[in-house]
Amino acid sequence: MDGPIVIEGRAWRLGDGITTDHIISGKYKYAKMGRLEDMLPYLLEEVIPGFYKMAREGDVIVAGSGFGYGSSREHAARLLRMAGIRVVVAESIHRIFYRNAVNNGILPIISRVIPASTRTGDRIRVDARQGVIVNLDTGARDRFNPPPGLLMEVINAGGMVEYIKRRGLPW
Amino acid sequence: MAGTLTEVILERRLGRAPERGEIAIVEVDHVYLHDGTLPLALRVLEEAGVPSRPRDPGRVTVFIDHAAPAPSLAAARVHKRVREWARRNGVRLYDAGYGISHQVMVEDAIARPGMVIVGADSHTVTLGAVGALATGVGSTDAALAMVTGKTWLRVPEVLEVRLEGTLPNGTTSKDLALHLASLVGRDGAIYMSMEFTGPGLAGLGVEDRMTVSNMSVEMGAKAAIFPSDEVTRAYYNSLGVEVEELAPKPGAEYDDEASINLSSLEPMISEPPEPSRARPARELEGVEVDQVFLGSCTNGRASDYRMAARILKGRRVKTRCIAVPASRRVYNTLLREGVIQVLSDAGCTIAHGTCGPCIGAHLGLLADEEVAVSTSNRNFPGRMGSPTARIYLASPYTAAAAAATGVITDPRSLL
Repeated sequence: MDGPIVIEGRAWRLGDGITTDHIISGKYKYAKMGRLEDMLPYLLEEVIPGFYKMAREGDVIVAGSGFGYGSSREHAARLLRMAGIRVVVAESIHRIFYRNAVNNGILPIISRVIPASTRTGDRIRVDARQGVIVNLDTGARDRFNPPPGLLMEVINAGGMVEYIKRRGLPW
Repeated sequence: MAGTLTEVILERRLGRAPERGEIAIVEVDHVYLHDGTLPLALRVLEEAGVPSRPRDPGRVTVFIDHAAPAPSLAAARVHKRVREWARRNGVRLYDAGYGISHQVMVEDAIARPGMVIVGADSHTVTLGAVGALATGVGSTDAALAMVTGKTWLRVPEVLEVRLEGTLPNGTTSKDLALHLASLVGRDGAIYMSMEFTGPGLAGLGVEDRMTVSNMSVEMGAKAAIFPSDEVTRAYYNSLGVEVEELAPKPGAEYDDEASINLSSLEPMISEPPEPSRARPARELEGVEVDQVFLGSCTNGRASDYRMAARILKGRRVKTRCIAVPASRRVYNTLLREGVIQVLSDAGCTIAHGTCGPCIGAHLGLLADEEVAVSTSNRNFPGRMGSPTARIYLASPYTAAAAAATGVITDPRSLL
């Protein structure tokens, strides 16, 4: 599996302030401790009921400001990846989630243009080599700075586990 | 070279001046994880085929604090694995009941001024109170820091928060933190380090500073660093430890600044669903309250319960009231001082140090549409139980006042 250099996927439009609690509530983490797969049905359950069944490989989260705010729980990024999410586009992304996204092979993109013009179901095209993201249904287009150096290599590998398997420890 | 505390600390690590915005590979002085984040760290290493033995076991600490003692069989099994891993690898383990990681890292003097620390918990920023560059990471980053001794850090922009004056009676550093959250906003400090300066620092003890650093992540901050000054040295001296002084260089350059006069602050309260929605407590007086929670890594220290006891002494609570001192050391201090007796006489339920109530893991979950006043740091929907429960964040004074009256109350009327 090679990472999201160029992908096309369906958008899931979320609002502002989606915390890691919204993505996966702490109460499931502690009720289902140690069984990541058992938490999948609760992914984004209060935001988009049934999300884990509807999401497909290559889908894109498009959110407002403050995405991934809150707890450091990496389960949030990991479960999104398990559900098929390859790209998160948001007006702003909190830093621990940003790191966790990279480590789980999800490309984080900061953009104001795309969230402003995207609805759930729109086709989103991302080209990480060119640093361009386009909403194919509305024609909205934005440039972004891909994560630098090592971070992008980790994303391209599909996450830190895959990166280490192929190339050994990163430092 | 811009000379902020963040840069002073990083310059020592790198042996050169760091450049703002660069991604630097940095040696880490200490890594800590807990029962909620260590299992995923071990799973990641296993999947990657990397042995989980730390590069230097003396620089790793593990805590069983998130759901502890085990409230379920699932948690008990996780705890067992955590204990076995720590024993096999010579890693220091603080088992259930010893205390909440961030509190123990400071009061057992594991964290010291000038250190670079990563913790697999977002509230690792708490340790900035003692002059450490401490930041939260996920399980993968903590696992890598553990086995390699290093992590990557983006050299952050710095927001200077200049403090003047002194806190008025009935007003605390929690009110400062909530006020700051309303000023900076949920995303205002993303990727930034916050640093505190000014004459107002002298009146804030280490425990007060921990509350402020703790809440910086609610503004997006990577770290929230206080200088190591007379206050810091006096605190460590009381633990029998000598620490160095640490200050920004003269003429340090900041990317942004905020100025707060502590004398003008008043008791604050954050409405759900976010800490940044803070306003004066007097504007919310009369809101009926079902449960009060006194504790957490934000406000579970001895000084916090002394404040609560000032309000609750000779009164009976009119709500459910749960007090969870952040560590056994705090608990024992309060026992000796008679504070536990005051809280118990008032009708509070007193438990051991755990993160449980704050994260809805155990010990007092909220039912649908119930209202809580909590001294913790987050009031997201569902945080403490039902998604329709409402959580208000406040200082120990304001929370205790709500317990004493059954409604949100400006605590100054009871002092």
